[in-house]
Amino acid sequence: MHPAPSVIIFSVLSGLGFGFMAFMALGFLPLTGMWAFWAWGVGYALAVGGLIASTTHLGNPQRALKAFSQWRSSWLSREGWAAVLALFALAPIALGDWLGFGVPFVWRGLAAALALITVFCTAMIYTQIKAVPRWHHWLTPVMFMAFALAGGALLAMQAALAFVLLLALAVVMLVLFYTGDRQFARAGQTMGTATGLGLRGEVSVFEQPHTGGNYLLREMIFVVARKHAQKLRVIAVLFAAVLPALMAAVGGLGLMLAAVPVHLVGAFAARWLFFAEAEHVVGLYYGKRQGVLR
Amino acid sequence: MTCLPGHTEKKLGLAIDLDTCVGCHACVTACKGWNDQGYGVPLTDQDAYGADPSGVFLNRVHSYQVQPETGAAQVINFPRSCLHCEDAPCVTVCPTGASYKRVEDGIVLVNESDCIGCGLCAWACPYGAREMDAEAGVMKKCTLCVDRIYNENLPEEDREPACVRTCPTGARHFGDFADPDSKVSQLAAKRGGFDLMPDMGTKPTNKYLAPRPKDRRNEASLLAPLLDIEATGFAGWLDRVLGKI
Repeated sequence: MHPAPSVIIFSVLSGLGFGFMAFMALGFLPLTGMWAFWAWGVGYALAVGGLIASTTHLGNPQRALKAFSQWRSSWLSREGWAAVLALFALAPIALGDWLGFGVPFVWRGLAAALALITVFCTAMIYTQIKAVPRWHHWLTPVMFMAFALAGGALLAMQAALAFVLLLALAVVMLVLFYTGDRQFARAGQTMGTATGLGLRGEVSVFEQPHTGGNYLLREMIFVVARKHAQKLRVIAVLFAAVLPALMAAVGGLGLMLAAVPVHLVGAFAARWLFFAEAEHVVGLYYGKRQGVLR
Repeated sequence: MTCLPGHTEKKLGLAIDLDTCVGCHACVTACKGWNDQGYGVPLTDQDAYGADPSGVFLNRVHSYQVQPETGAAQVINFPRSCLHCEDAPCVTVCPTGASYKRVEDGIVLVNESDCIGCGLCAWACPYGAREMDAEAGVMKKCTLCVDRIYNENLPEEDREPACVRTCPTGARHFGDFADPDSKVSQLAAKRGGFDLMPDMGTKPTNKYLAPRPKDRRNEASLLAPLLDIEATGFAGWLDRVLGKI
């Protein structure tokens, strides 16, 4: 799949922002006054900034409000609702921390849950797609949640919690790389099933349907060079999880703050791979999938 | 709502005969020609006369080589377009309701004035049936020529999809798969019409008809009866005499 910068920026920043604000809502980082203002400002900037970045992915962003209409069937629509509800539910807590009034814990819990539900909905947009076997796996939402919680704990300066969650993130990432590499084969789709001609013999491309490029080739048949993928995987796990975990283990405000950009570098690399390595079954029609390359 | 209808009155679709398709791409051209000026925004091209031309098509014709375990390989031309699935994943993922399946005839359409161009429906489709229009920023797909098949301004013989109307070999058939007596249902039943990637759970309406088995080439020479002639009469005498010299 084409790794569009808008969607990578959106899912990384929004995930981190909502994860962070979930911890803030639950009172993990008890700040008051201007410190609270800036901390919540960072959370909102990440979440909202990410959402705005996602609208640049649209062909007609001026109609984006229509995306709230189909929550009964569409995960993208549900995500929009969850994001707006979470941002509204978090607002009184942010104001309370800043201006010094209390918000009932039930409300705080609800707002934190909505923030995490938003991340879950984001993950489900990808997980639901059967045509991309690498994404169509229960570990995909686990990975998105692990990123949001680990990054959020890091931003919320929870050294011990962040250490544990970052190590968990490393495990999830490694397991997902391993299972993900096998998902396309497990899905069982080949040029034979795509064309329905597999029982007659070995199907191969005789002639492509067009000599120029098209949307399908650009959007869904993006192929990443393997050697880069392997390097990026190492960078992703090291920067997103291992290094920040070590920094959190040492602890201290300065090191915790420094761990955030390190984590983000890894998160961007991981999310780029999430798209770039994902193979859509439509590639089979063009003879450009594992099913044929083997 | 982009929930799928539980039941559609008709199941309009195509039966595509891979036996008769010669891969001429006439259906591709006819489709582009009609849909350039019919339903919705035109199918735009980018850099049409430049070094890297690209454009939207609702129908593409692939050519595959199929190599059986024994015998010669066979070239099979393979038109690929929207299958108007019963369980269309492109419909349910749509956040705006622009993508929908019609209750009356099962055609899957895009309401372009509601489409935000997020591209999620194209991701959800296993068959690559949807292509984003780079100019208009909306998703384009086969409409089964919904603006032809019910169009009373057209002569009756033209009230079928442009690809079907134009096919010079009659490889494309249009009809109602919900009616077991329709031409397409009969064809699909008789020729073992099959679904593409049935495990994807999309329940496609369109059916593909497999190439018929090829005749075996006669290995013996057509001249065989002429190679073993016993000459008689004078020619026979000459043959024997000359053979002895």
